[in-house]
Amino acid sequence: MKLNKAFATVALAGSVAAMSAPAMARDTISIVGSSTVYPFATVVAERFGTKTDFPTPKLESTGSGGGMKLFCQGIGTQHPDITNASRRMKTSEYDLCMNNGVTDITEFRIGSDGIVIASSSKAQNMDLTLEQLFLALGKEVPNPENEKELIPNPYKKWSEIDSDLPNVAIRVMGPPPTSGTRDSFNELALQGGCEDLPAVADMSEDDMESVCQSVREDGAFIEAGENDNLIVQKLIDDTSMYGVFGYSFLEENADRLQAATLNGVEPTNEAIATDKYPVARSLFFYVKKAHVGVIPGIKEYVEEFVSPAAMGQNGYLKSVGLIVPTRDALMDLQDKAANMPNLKKEELM
Amino acid sequence: MTDQRSQAEIVRQSLKRRYRKERRFRAYGILAIAIALSALVILFADIIGKGYSGFVKTTVTLDVQLDGEMMYIDDATDERQLKMADFVEPLIQALMKEIPGATEEDRDAVRDLINPYASVTLRDALQANPDWLGTTQTMTFLTHTDVDVYVKHGDDDAYSIKLTEEQQAWVDRLLEQGLIDTSFNDVFFSNGDSRDPSKAGVLGAIVGSLLTMFVTLVLSFPIGVAAAIYLEEFAPQNKFTDFIEVNINNLAAVPSIIFGLLGLAVFINLFGMPRSVPVVGGLVLTLMTLPTIIISSRAAIKSVPPSIREAAEGIGASKMQVVLHHVLPLAMPGMLTGSIIGMAQALGETAPLLLIGMVAFIVDVPDGFFDSATVLPVQVFLWAGSPELAFIERASAAIMVLLAFLISMNALAIWLRKRLERRW
Repeated sequence: MKLNKAFATVALAGSVAAMSAPAMARDTISIVGSSTVYPFATVVAERFGTKTDFPTPKLESTGSGGGMKLFCQGIGTQHPDITNASRRMKTSEYDLCMNNGVTDITEFRIGSDGIVIASSSKAQNMDLTLEQLFLALGKEVPNPENEKELIPNPYKKWSEIDSDLPNVAIRVMGPPPTSGTRDSFNELALQGGCEDLPAVADMSEDDMESVCQSVREDGAFIEAGENDNLIVQKLIDDTSMYGVFGYSFLEENADRLQAATLNGVEPTNEAIATDKYPVARSLFFYVKKAHVGVIPGIKEYVEEFVSPAAMGQNGYLKSVGLIVPTRDALMDLQDKAANMPNLKKEELM
Repeated sequence: MTDQRSQAEIVRQSLKRRYRKERRFRAYGILAIAIALSALVILFADIIGKGYSGFVKTTVTLDVQLDGEMMYIDDATDERQLKMADFVEPLIQALMKEIPGATEEDRDAVRDLINPYASVTLRDALQANPDWLGTTQTMTFLTHTDVDVYVKHGDDDAYSIKLTEEQQAWVDRLLEQGLIDTSFNDVFFSNGDSRDPSKAGVLGAIVGSLLTMFVTLVLSFPIGVAAAIYLEEFAPQNKFTDFIEVNINNLAAVPSIIFGLLGLAVFINLFGMPRSVPVVGGLVLTLMTLPTIIISSRAAIKSVPPSIREAAEGIGASKMQVVLHHVLPLAMPGMLTGSIIGMAQALGETAPLLLIGMVAFIVDVPDGFFDSATVLPVQVFLWAGSPELAFIERASAAIMVLLAFLISMNALAIWLRKRLERRW
């Protein structure tokens, strides 16, 4: 009996201590989020670490959605200070942040990235329209005989969609659903090629979205994990395969890979920065204002990120493959870094 | 009698077949070993073939003129001036001098041969020796990663060469003159992670691995051994202990990522411990290795012959004395072997660390158990996913470092067993 009591006391004391233990202090900036922004943010972090006396920030590549979840978990040093995203914050994520007390957030739009449909430079290159892309990868596509009716995707070869396309089986490797690249690909490429089809014209917006953003699951689209190098390697080995990934990987392997043109536009730095290329998306990072001044160096890190040395026309981020914002946009960013305005829900609608 | 003879006849007749059978059986065994060995050889050949060049760095030696006017600095002890000074210009000027025919228009092309962090090296050197200002010093810098790739893999199709024809001609000339040179990559062993492949190293990951392994060892070995001794020597045999035994065996087969989820829920979310620190990593890996250690320790205790226990009890030793003085020392080699194998398994683990934030870009080498850190297999994973081609060889080189650690741990296990084992 006595022993039991002692055990109970110890257990109770232990759990109370654990609950009330103040979160441990931290002097390193903690950044989470998108694997697409990761290569850019890490370069900034490292420069920031060598240039200033602050420790080098710690970066985790969790994917855009995973980053938002961690970021919005609350205020306190056990939660990250900054999250990167390859798409804009969703209103649901904004609400999550608000509910957990993360009320003051500043948004920075840091540039663009294009998503490319690439293949080995030895393969036959494609000139695709977004509609053809949707017909190749959508789960349900319009019946060729009756354009109002949706049927499970019947296309096995590219040439069945259009005789100009290569006569090889449709096999495309791409990112998994957790990735921001996939979100953007579904939204910009697939939906872009689908929303004007007569078959979905009469549908409600939600139904249209679920039809347009569903990717076929019969093996033609292969999910390859977050490792884009793996896709690149596969494409070089297998010339009948096509791959979906970010522009920076295309640039890094420019002599071995080629990209399909979409709606007649080739993915180039310029076409993506000016939004001519149809599958271009913006990259963001979000700062938790409650942590500015608590964790040393956040403001300085943000200033480094939006400085002309990093994001200017000759900045070091450009040489890593970021498609940098225009000069006017950069000036706006610097104002933002100085004032840190709050993000409002209306802006995300 | 005729019957017996016929039996001998039968045996003789079947003898050939039985020998054949045995030869076949041996051949199967040899084949199995050959397959396993060839897989190992292919693995090693691939890793070493890709990774040996990761242990080589490319440097350029320059006579740098530390001209105060050119660098906008007149006092090298002044922090403010050091911060604002231009350390790239002297490097460009020094390299321009070595390239005849390079004009002012080629400045950018010349600058792109030098590592972007060379200016930091120069700044640190000047900070350490303020009296160098105004003199000319011969210093060695890392080249740009593109130059490194060109020098090491210029004729390899798997790498894309980013240098222009003109830059390639310059590099070839400088190579002939011996100004650009390759040597052992000490940077790889003295730096933490970096986004610049030439500057990236495994020291941060090695220290992180050692810290994490230390926490794991300190926690899992005593707990595991104590649990094994109690279960084997003291616990009564009943339904409850059977239940515990079944559970321990099951835990040993649970996928490691589950332990990561548990660590996230308990250590980070409930106890509020920080993310990405070796202590949490060690705790999670402790949970993962405990079943292995308990099972192997129990096996080691079981293999101590009962005669030892009986003899000790016979001369009046208490149960505890029997265990501590006789059983434990004899079981120790087996326990140590099991623990080291468990630790080696933990050393190569990445999945549970993903969830507790140890899969991260961390530049600074950790200097404590509560400092952000990553571990060797995670470093391999991060580099393998980087877009820069030069990281492929770094990833393979890091795999070799990891393998060296694993092999030495296993060798230690074998040595300990040979050293401490007693035969009856």
